[in-house]
Amino acid sequence: MRSDVGQFDFVSPASLDAVLERLAAEPGVHTPLAGGTELMVALNTGRLQQHSLLNLQHLSELRFIRVEAEAIHIGSGTTFTDIRRSEAIAIDLPLLSQAASWTGSVANQNRGTLGGNLCNASPAADSPPALLAYGATVTLVSSHGTRTLPYSDFHLGYKRTALRPDELLHTISVPTGWSGYRQYIRKVGTRNAQAISKVALAAMARVDGDRTSRVIGDIRIGAASLADRPVRCAAAEAAVRGKLVNETTVRAARTALAGEAKPIDDIRSTATYRAHVAANLLEEFLRSLVG
Amino acid sequence: MSLVQLTVNGTRQQVDVPPMKRLLDVLREDLALTGSKEGCGEGECGACAVLLDGVLVNSCLVPALQVNGSRLCTIEGVSTEGRLHPIQQCFLECGGAQCGICTPGMILATQHLLDKYPHPTMEQIQEGLAGNLCRCTGYMRIFEAVQEAAKVA
Amino acid sequence: MGYTPQSGTGLLGSSPLRKEGRDKVLGASRYIDDQSLPGMWHGATVRSAIARGRIRSISYDPAVDWAQYAIVTAADIPGENTIVHLTRDHPCLARATVNHPEEPIVLLAHPDKTALLAGVRGVRIDYDPLPGVFTIEESEAAVAANDTERIIWEGSDAGGTANCFKQYCMYSGDAAETEAGLEAAFDTADFIVEGEYATGAQEQLYIENNGVIAECFRKPSGGIESVCVRGSMQCPFYLVHALTLVFDLPEDKCRVIQVETGGAFGGKEDFPSVIGSHAALLAMKCGHPVKMTYDRAEDMAATTKRHPSRTRHRTAVSKEGRLLGGTVDFAIDGGAYATLSPVVLSRGTIHAPGPYKWPHLRVRAKAMATNLPPHGAFRGFGAPQSLFGLERHMDKIARTIGLSPEELRRRNFLGTGDCTATGQPLNEPVDMQHLLTRALHEAGYHEKLARFTVENKTSSIKRGVGFASFMHGTGFTGSGERRLNSLVHLDLLPEGRPQILVSSTEFGQGTNTILCQVAAQTLQLPYDEITIARPDTSVVPNSGPTVASRTAMIVGKLIERASQQMLATLRAHAALPEAHTADDFHAAGLRYLAKHGTLRESVRYEPPTKIYWDDDLYRGDAYPGYAWAVYVAEVAVDMNTYMATCTRFDALQEVGKVMHPVLAKGQIEGGVAQGIGYALYEKCMWKEGRMMNNQMTNYIMPTSADLPPIHVHFEEVPSIHGPGGAKGIGELPMDGPAPAILNAIENATGVAFNTIPLLPEDIFERFTSLGHPHGGSEDLDVTVDRDTRTEAVEVTA
Ligand SMILES: Cc1cc2nc3c(=O)[nH]c(=O)nc-3n(C[C@H](O)[C@H](O)[C@H](O)COP(=O)(O)OP(=O)(O)OC[C@H]3O[C@@H](n4cnc5c(N)ncnc54)[C@H](O)[C@@H]3O)c2cc1C
Ligand code: FES
Ligand code: FES
Repeated sequence: MRSDVGQFDFVSPASLDAVLERLAAEPGVHTPLAGGTELMVALNTGRLQQHSLLNLQHLSELRFIRVEAEAIHIGSGTTFTDIRRSEAIAIDLPLLSQAASWTGSVANQNRGTLGGNLCNASPAADSPPALLAYGATVTLVSSHGTRTLPYSDFHLGYKRTALRPDELLHTISVPTGWSGYRQYIRKVGTRNAQAISKVALAAMARVDGDRTSRVIGDIRIGAASLADRPVRCAAAEAAVRGKLVNETTVRAARTALAGEAKPIDDIRSTATYRAHVAANLLEEFLRSLVG
Repeated sequence: MSLVQLTVNGTRQQVDVPPMKRLLDVLREDLALTGSKEGCGEGECGACAVLLDGVLVNSCLVPALQVNGSRLCTIEGVSTEGRLHPIQQCFLECGGAQCGICTPGMILATQHLLDKYPHPTMEQIQEGLAGNLCRCTGYMRIFEAVQEAAKVA
Repeated sequence: MGYTPQSGTGLLGSSPLRKEGRDKVLGASRYIDDQSLPGMWHGATVRSAIARGRIRSISYDPAVDWAQYAIVTAADIPGENTIVHLTRDHPCLARATVNHPEEPIVLLAHPDKTALLAGVRGVRIDYDPLPGVFTIEESEAAVAANDTERIIWEGSDAGGTANCFKQYCMYSGDAAETEAGLEAAFDTADFIVEGEYATGAQEQLYIENNGVIAECFRKPSGGIESVCVRGSMQCPFYLVHALTLVFDLPEDKCRVIQVETGGAFGGKEDFPSVIGSHAALLAMKCGHPVKMTYDRAEDMAATTKRHPSRTRHRTAVSKEGRLLGGTVDFAIDGGAYATLSPVVLSRGTIHAPGPYKWPHLRVRAKAMATNLPPHGAFRGFGAPQSLFGLERHMDKIARTIGLSPEELRRRNFLGTGDCTATGQPLNEPVDMQHLLTRALHEAGYHEKLARFTVENKTSSIKRGVGFASFMHGTGFTGSGERRLNSLVHLDLLPEGRPQILVSSTEFGQGTNTILCQVAAQTLQLPYDEITIARPDTSVVPNSGPTVASRTAMIVGKLIERASQQMLATLRAHAALPEAHTADDFHAAGLRYLAKHGTLRESVRYEPPTKIYWDDDLYRGDAYPGYAWAVYVAEVAVDMNTYMATCTRFDALQEVGKVMHPVLAKGQIEGGVAQGIGYALYEKCMWKEGRMMNNQMTNYIMPTSADLPPIHVHFEEVPSIHGPGGAKGIGELPMDGPAPAILNAIENATGVAFNTIPLLPEDIFERFTSLGHPHGGSEDLDVTVDRDTRTEAVEVTA
């Protein structure tokens, strides 16, 4: 334990409104703490800079999965275990369900929240690629009101988000209705379980046309650890959209992905490995479309 | 300081601790329950695992304030009046505990696993215990212990 | 499930419940961090921030109220400022210079553990940095160039020279004759095969970190009367020895108590001498008991790891596949101080020839100094390193000359009556041919070899099988056991029950259980009748360190003899009948105690046969006994991710009598798991001698979801050296997995990899021409952690 816990304030306001009021009253002073699987690690290792914390973990207002006709709305306080348990998510948003299932260990999933995963804003986090592929939107709340933005606009840079100091992430809304799409997700981690990803790809595509001419009608690709933030791979998408699935298309996709990927060397892997494996995964997915 | 009330292994307890104190330290220092171990302090090893309202969590990552009003089961609460729980008995007989330092967390993870899947597949066992690192056994005796426990229960 | 026979007969070979197992599953075992003493303070260490340099000054932040702290520096040491080893180069606390990152310089104690955070931060140490050397090659280069700036270690009277802690040259016969034989062999050989093989450092990663509680007692006059240290450790008497020097006290004034120990694997063999001395110094200074426990980050960054190594082979082979002669150059990286490196080097050297006949062989070995924290003992102790080189090289030879790996080995295996490379005749039966046949059969090796060749053509997942054949010597090297002169006691407790007294420790391997089994079997008593005393050096005799797979065989044998003696005593003097019940035994025991007061049987080590060993020539009987093994690995290499996974493992070994099948399996499986980690996952990232990934989140050990089914098979050929015919098994399973796995990867991909750990990035770089000329991923920027949870360094993307 490398922090003096006596130096930290931590309170549990009774309601979401009470939390928002505190955030608004002293912007930038308080930090929300949900499942704690990020912040408590920081505390343990002596890296927790924020000394006043507000509990979100008990707020039932933030822990829900609401299924509507066109979308599933997920409260930011929803745990990965909740997500894995949801049949609707398993059926309509399998990539998210899958991502939740490999986010750390069972104990971690029991505690860690989707909101915490997004707000922590690691480029290596597991749920963002799926949410990017599905084209999710996020709703942010403050005592002044709410605003909704595309999730793809949420991440501004390395560990930087669109959240203002007085705001909380409230809801992640994920469109459903992907029955015509082939879906793919793969995480390449340091090991099979409880691993941080070296690179991960979530992708989905609709293939039009008949057996002889399969054209990629739509494609959406989200990636982790390919840049300083989770990214949607727009160039790779553009390179194959409307194209036949063939060797040329696969090569074009690889080239486009290589062009837009900006991975780095770090303690877990190398930039070249990351870029190359991401291309391999994309190729694996594209080839599966004709399988 | 915060007053935190909780029920630990069936007994009501009240502690006055810094609200960010780790549940692990509350257990070990304030409640003298040293069965939960610290292997890493970063959620990786599971040696500190306990059941919080019936759910497996790593107590090194839970701040004290978050357990106010909760029900907790630690390794000390798994046996009844000195009689081993079937899971404990199977760990003992199958060689699931070597140095024993991972064992408390491993047993609670097993309990959580068997609550969810009374007859787990090998894959479910491997996944369910993946957050509990054991450096001694190579896990094979532990898998056997879990399978035996599933038969007994 | 475990079956506990009621009576002594047949106990060896059955699986009674682990002695301390009940407490362990209850969570009731008291490890060191679960204990405290009245008035206890806590200790912490201020460590060097640089790899090498002169300490210019130590200053203390005036904002901290230092009156509340006890502060210890090298100047406070009452005895010698050294951690005892063969060479006394290793200071207890750095005084004028530091030689590795995280070297201890100042110790602090405070009644409140949290206050130590501010204390450690408040000590400022200024250095004049000196250039360091961080690899075997850099260390060698400094010597070759006589670059005095980079001669980081001067030499010793224990055989050390500049930057080199120890060298050995081992010949398979008379030196001159062997050299001549080698020359002829290389002249006439059909093939000469060369290869270089390297292994990385490996962290023991016991789940319980190092920790101790120390007390210091004063005489009425104020002088130091005695010290007492309890803690997590393997070898209580090593710590006693260390304390006698640091405190200048006689042995009986340095008491050491081993408490329940949460894994060790060699990592708690010599290191407790450091932390134990430190805590005792703080206790001396503050007048209170002091607890020191490391957290994971400190334990990983500052304590010992497995020695990195480099093995170079040059082998003369006939076209029929006979080994005609070979030279082996074996080098290990010892870190900044000699510590145990000479002994690790020795075991690596003796195991370098493997289980093969070498008409002419020369092994040159050296342990080099670098500015890394000292490397130390880890399960296998040098043997996994040199055997990795050899078993990879055997596959290379096979490929070069066009034989199968199996056939090449069959043509060169040692057998009963043959002499090992040190000239030790193998008098006990050895049947490597049979072991190989059975291991390959159990693993379905031939069928898979054929099937994978076909399947791999159309799959992006390439599968392969490979194996390694090897042996592991049990007990101390050469005359070591005779020098140790181990002693055990067997007492009769007042209620007529026997109790074992040894300094051999339990840290998961099953010491308590097997020693009680041996006593129970020999005394013809139920297993539950036997107890074993906690290793407390004020109570137990020195039965030697708990290392080198020696406990079952060597100490077990002593317990067997002590038990026989006790039976004889009770029969002769207390009318114990020849065939007795437990009640008869108690009654006889009580009769004896009534008459004589106490009964203690003491037995000292005596070699069961003549053991001859020449330490200068490195020839003779290297070990009292060997365990023999063939391990088979099956792997899958995913060509999309370049990840190699072990998908099945078969471990067959001949270990003499298997005393406790459940424990024995557990030992093998645990060792194999560590071996798989060693081969494919566990990489220490160094930067200027400092471990950068000193966290469980980025030092990757296998989880339950990463390991394949491990199938353990035994052959039992009783040995005269161990109780009931047992030999040691503790370290053996560490030797085989890495070469077997890399052999399998070569089989799967057609590419030979000769460095471990082998990570996907390494495979990727070899498979593509991208990346760096040197291959491997050494060029990673290890200062950056793109972990979801670490923000220590900003990423420039
Ligand atoms: C052992 C271990 C393994 C892990 N493995 C993985 C893995 O495989 N994949 C992965 O992606 N992650 C992994 N993680 C990281 C972590 O579990 C996840 O990021 C988790 O989702 C964080 O959620 P939390 O609620 O616990 O976050 P917290 O620690 O509570 O918070 C994290 C951050 O989000 C902020 N925050 C939380 N909720 C809100 C909100 N509603 N509005 C605004 N800000 C908010 C907090 O202020 C904080 O900055 C692992 C962590 C551990 C300890
Ligand atoms: S100590 Fe909590 S997970 Fe390791
Ligand atoms: S039994 Fe030692 S770590 Fe699991």
